[in-house]
Amino acid sequence: MKTIQNGIIKENPVFVLLLGLCSTLAITTKFENAYLMGICVTIVLIVSNLIVSCIRKWIPDSVKTPVYILIIATLVTIMELLLQSYARDVYQVFGIYLPLIVVNCIILGRALAVASKTSVCKSILDGMGIGLGYTIALMIIACIREVLGSNTITLMDSISTITGYRAIYHIFPENELIPISFLISPAGAFLTLGLLMAIFNAIRKGGKHESH
Amino acid sequence: MNLINLFIMSILTENIVLMKFLGICPFIGTSSKEKSAFGMGVAVTIVITLSSIITHLLYYYILVPTDTTYLKTLSFVLVVACMVQIIEMLIKRRNIKLYHSLGIYLPLITTNCAVLGVLLLNITNQYSFLEMLTFSIGSSLGFTLVIYIFSTIREALERRNVPDSFKGYPIALITASIMALLFSRYLIV
Repeated sequence: MKTIQNGIIKENPVFVLLLGLCSTLAITTKFENAYLMGICVTIVLIVSNLIVSCIRKWIPDSVKTPVYILIIATLVTIMELLLQSYARDVYQVFGIYLPLIVVNCIILGRALAVASKTSVCKSILDGMGIGLGYTIALMIIACIREVLGSNTITLMDSISTITGYRAIYHIFPENELIPISFLISPAGAFLTLGLLMAIFNAIRKGGKHESH
Repeated sequence: MNLINLFIMSILTENIVLMKFLGICPFIGTSSKEKSAFGMGVAVTIVITLSSIITHLLYYYILVPTDTTYLKTLSFVLVVACMVQIIEMLIKRRNIKLYHSLGIYLPLITTNCAVLGVLLLNITNQYSFLEMLTFSIGSSLGFTLVIYIFSTIREALERRNVPDSFKGYPIALITASIMALLFSRYLIV
């Protein structure tokens, strides 16, 4: 339990460790994309942690990184094929950012730092925690960007072929507010993440002062 | 004419760092010093240009005829990893001085999203060989340009008084946001 909590707050991959920012910034224009990307990364992360932890005793140190990259690349290719055949819309929305999970520093970083040193059970828990932390961070960013940037919140759109119905809600009454489309643009992504990170820092530091 | 257009577009308006968010990790992580930013930029330019040629040939002459295009992610990662190893060895043997200034950045490039991103974009945009070459060189020059400018800004920022919770990464991201605004198409139109 503590490992999972650690991944969400103390070692949050996006706000604290600053890993895997490429997909974070690119995907978070819609709430739906954010949690789907989060789920994809979490699954790959858990499975790669599991495999790496299982074979950690047979891999010599000198070839660690290439072997891990190959494992991750294989997993991502499987994920790509699965999405391509079962959820084509999602596959198209993600575009190149799906294969880019391979070079997402979170997964390789966790494989090198945690999974290659600890037991199987612990590394799976670590994968869950970090994955969850990543997903939550993506959801927060996407929520802010989508609600303010286009005045909608998309719960199900491109996965509607699987779930059967679409769910796109308007938050504020239409035609009364002009959405800040700046937030949807790349510049808005950097700004949102920067501000959120500053808020996160302030909260963590505030908490420390109280505890002393 | 089209190629010149593509070249300028890939450097400025479609900049891989600021518009496509590729290579953010080195952009934020290693760019606090002017010199290291330049070194990283040069190393990335070399790797992207060479590996884009190889992956282009690999994709259109091996993967497409054998109908195994789903292996592109896996094989491209391998190409980049091998490329980085080979370049590292070559530089080490030929020019030890250059190795000391570039060497530390080379292993990092394997997991740099900018490299794999450009290679994948070459394929998804279905560029011909010349277009591919132009796009690759343009993008990597764009990467170098942005990372260099950014590092000089960050060096200056270090001497300024920034609110406590904004210190470090948050202010860097906000700087990046303003840079992205400058590079975006809205201002040009």
